[in-house]
Amino acid sequence: MTTTDSPPDAGALAQRVEEFLAEHDPSTTDSAEFLRERFAAGLAWVHYPAGLGGLGAENGLQTAVDAAFAHAGAPENRPRLNVIGLGMAAPTILRFGDDAQKQRWLPSLWTGEDIWCQLFSEPGAGSDLAGVGTSAMWDGDAWVLNGQKVWTSMAHHARWGIILARTDPEAVKHRGLSYFVVDMTAPGVEVRGLRQITGEAEFNEVFLTDVRVPDDQRLGEVGQGWAVAQYTLMNERVAIGGGTLPRESGAIGPLAARWREHPEARTPGLHDRMLRLWVQTEAARLTAERLGQQQAAGQPGPEGSGVKITYARLNQECSSLELELRGEDGLRYPDYTERRPEVEDYGSRDAGWRYLRFRANSIEGGTTEILRNVVAERVLGLPAEARADKDVPWKDLPR
Amino acid sequence: MSAPAPSTPETGDLLYSDVEDDLRASVRALVDKQAPWDAVLRRTDTAEAVDTDLWKRLTQEIGVAGLAVPEERGGAGASWREVAVVAEELGRAVAPVPFLGTAVATALLLGTGEEELLAAVAAGERTAVLAVGATHGAGRPVPVTVEQQGAGDLLAGTVTAVIDAVTADVLLVPVEGGLAVVDADGDGVTRTTSESLDMTRRLTDITFDGAPARLVEGVDGAVIDGALQVGAAILASEQLGLAERVLADTVAYLRDRHQFGRQLASYQALKHRLADLWVAITQARATARYAARCAADGSPDLPVAAAVAQAHGSEVALLAAEDGLQLHGGIGFTWEHPAHLFLKRARADALLLGSADHHRSVLAGLVDLPA
Repeated sequence: MTTTDSPPDAGALAQRVEEFLAEHDPSTTDSAEFLRERFAAGLAWVHYPAGLGGLGAENGLQTAVDAAFAHAGAPENRPRLNVIGLGMAAPTILRFGDDAQKQRWLPSLWTGEDIWCQLFSEPGAGSDLAGVGTSAMWDGDAWVLNGQKVWTSMAHHARWGIILARTDPEAVKHRGLSYFVVDMTAPGVEVRGLRQITGEAEFNEVFLTDVRVPDDQRLGEVGQGWAVAQYTLMNERVAIGGGTLPRESGAIGPLAARWREHPEARTPGLHDRMLRLWVQTEAARLTAERLGQQQAAGQPGPEGSGVKITYARLNQECSSLELELRGEDGLRYPDYTERRPEVEDYGSRDAGWRYLRFRANSIEGGTTEILRNVVAERVLGLPAEARADKDVPWKDLPR
Repeated sequence: MSAPAPSTPETGDLLYSDVEDDLRASVRALVDKQAPWDAVLRRTDTAEAVDTDLWKRLTQEIGVAGLAVPEERGGAGASWREVAVVAEELGRAVAPVPFLGTAVATALLLGTGEEELLAAVAAGERTAVLAVGATHGAGRPVPVTVEQQGAGDLLAGTVTAVIDAVTADVLLVPVEGGLAVVDADGDGVTRTTSESLDMTRRLTDITFDGAPARLVEGVDGAVIDGALQVGAAILASEQLGLAERVLADTVAYLRDRHQFGRQLASYQALKHRLADLWVAITQARATARYAARCAADGSPDLPVAAAVAQAHGSEVALLAAEDGLQLHGGIGFTWEHPAHLFLKRARADALLLGSADHHRSVLAGLVDLPA
């Protein structure tokens, strides 16, 4: 263990990676063991504190570290399966967890040994997330949770879930919430696949019946759950990486390819739509690039909400036009059988599946309507909607 | 079987530099003082369509005409990026000055050996304009409507709907043999400026009848196309500045005005329209910055970048101006309110240097999406 006064720079990190790889040959080391050692060496997420998988380095230095490990053939920590754990649970634990909680959850989260899910939305609380009704009542030695969550990705793989629950129904809705970590294997937790319009069950419903959660699995103070949840959701923003995004990436790719390969399908009207979508996609790509440049220059902008609104619409319009270009093929669908999808690359899926799946893009992770409110209120400074739920105890709200 | 997707050029820097921010502040301070919107509006009722005094101060005090010209050729040695920032500010003010025409002429002169004229234009001592109809865009053959007579040094013909020709000293006229340089005030040149939809940028019809000309060798359609692409990039920044101004004005108005006992800005139906406009403007900024970056660096992607910036920027500026007027309600339809200045400029800009549809059809060829 080296002790340094200042965090390592790019050169020092590269050297540490090299030394680590010399001591842990990826081709001969057990994958789980390798990942645990990488975490212990502070090379997991280098901007995290020492002892928690990091070295307190700058956030931007992670990309090069990951690239060096990938180049050496190092094992992956199941990043796609654990997207919620890595992207949302981990920063929340780091910010609101105590030392014991951080040590308990972060190592196995980062290595991918434990998958995480997020138990926020409910049938009665979607865009109005602060209205969640799942209750958490103190019962002598534990919190007892009862309720139903929905749209829960990865719940069927997850060991842990972050959950927003109501600890005080007498309080105004934002103030009566607390935030917990639930053991998804605990008695009373039931996960059911939720079949979607694609036929697949990608998400889940989670039923909680008298689930006992010890107080040491609470993140933040009792009644502070809304603030903790807001922090989690801040991390849900569209991830914009550095470097150049490829032209024609995303839904425009298969559409443009189809156009080029099938001259017989072309008409003037379709051509106009094709070109409009190409221009809009290129504009969205450059906007995302500019946003990335702003973030890299330390000017974090609110453009992220706009980027998400735009990509949702473009995915939907591109896949719709693609179906139209396919003519008779556009009428066929591969398989509506209910099943669990693999974690996937959308680009490899059938056009009809993509058309259906992309309808969710403007609903999941903040509806387009809510994001427009975010832009209007946080960027343009327009007044908030007139509210009917202000100063009213949650239990008295109509629902 | 599968055709390859177009390759991806390096994006380059899409942000504003400190120097660009300073330049913007200088231009804005001058324009706000010299040409606030009510002064611009009053001028439209006079015969002096161009604010020659503002143009003199912009060129001589700030040097806006020489930004893209290297120092050794009489300019300031900046780049088209800085020119684009000035265009944003002039679009924001719908300033009646011949900046866009000067940008196209400068881009053209940079590709010739006309050093004396280039330096004079860069210094703001003379203004030059490409005598081509306002709606002609890059990617199509340049219309040649003027013939050479005599030994080739006399011109005859007519060019209609030229912008920024009212006060031009020199006309750059495409002819069969290349480009002819004509004294705009010389013999055989008749300029007729008519009322125009955009009152702040009037169109001029130019008739040549035995006008003496000097032929510049080696200027072909490709050279003119290149200048028009630079012009399209700069126009996109003008459109961006206009759209941002309209959004800011509309936000301020909706916050101020109350109906049914509430601020108009608290109605979701109106908030969502403004949010959509803001999103569109962030995209217009990215595409305009990229086009300016490509022009500045001489990127081979300039034809694509300029066409994208125009295809998108034209529609965004028009959306801003039309929605801005609508959201102002009755007051926005009155002569004494600036909304019509922005509407007329945005509507005209969307036709200038090629419509959005023109640029999309040009893109079809550039990115292999044929009809």
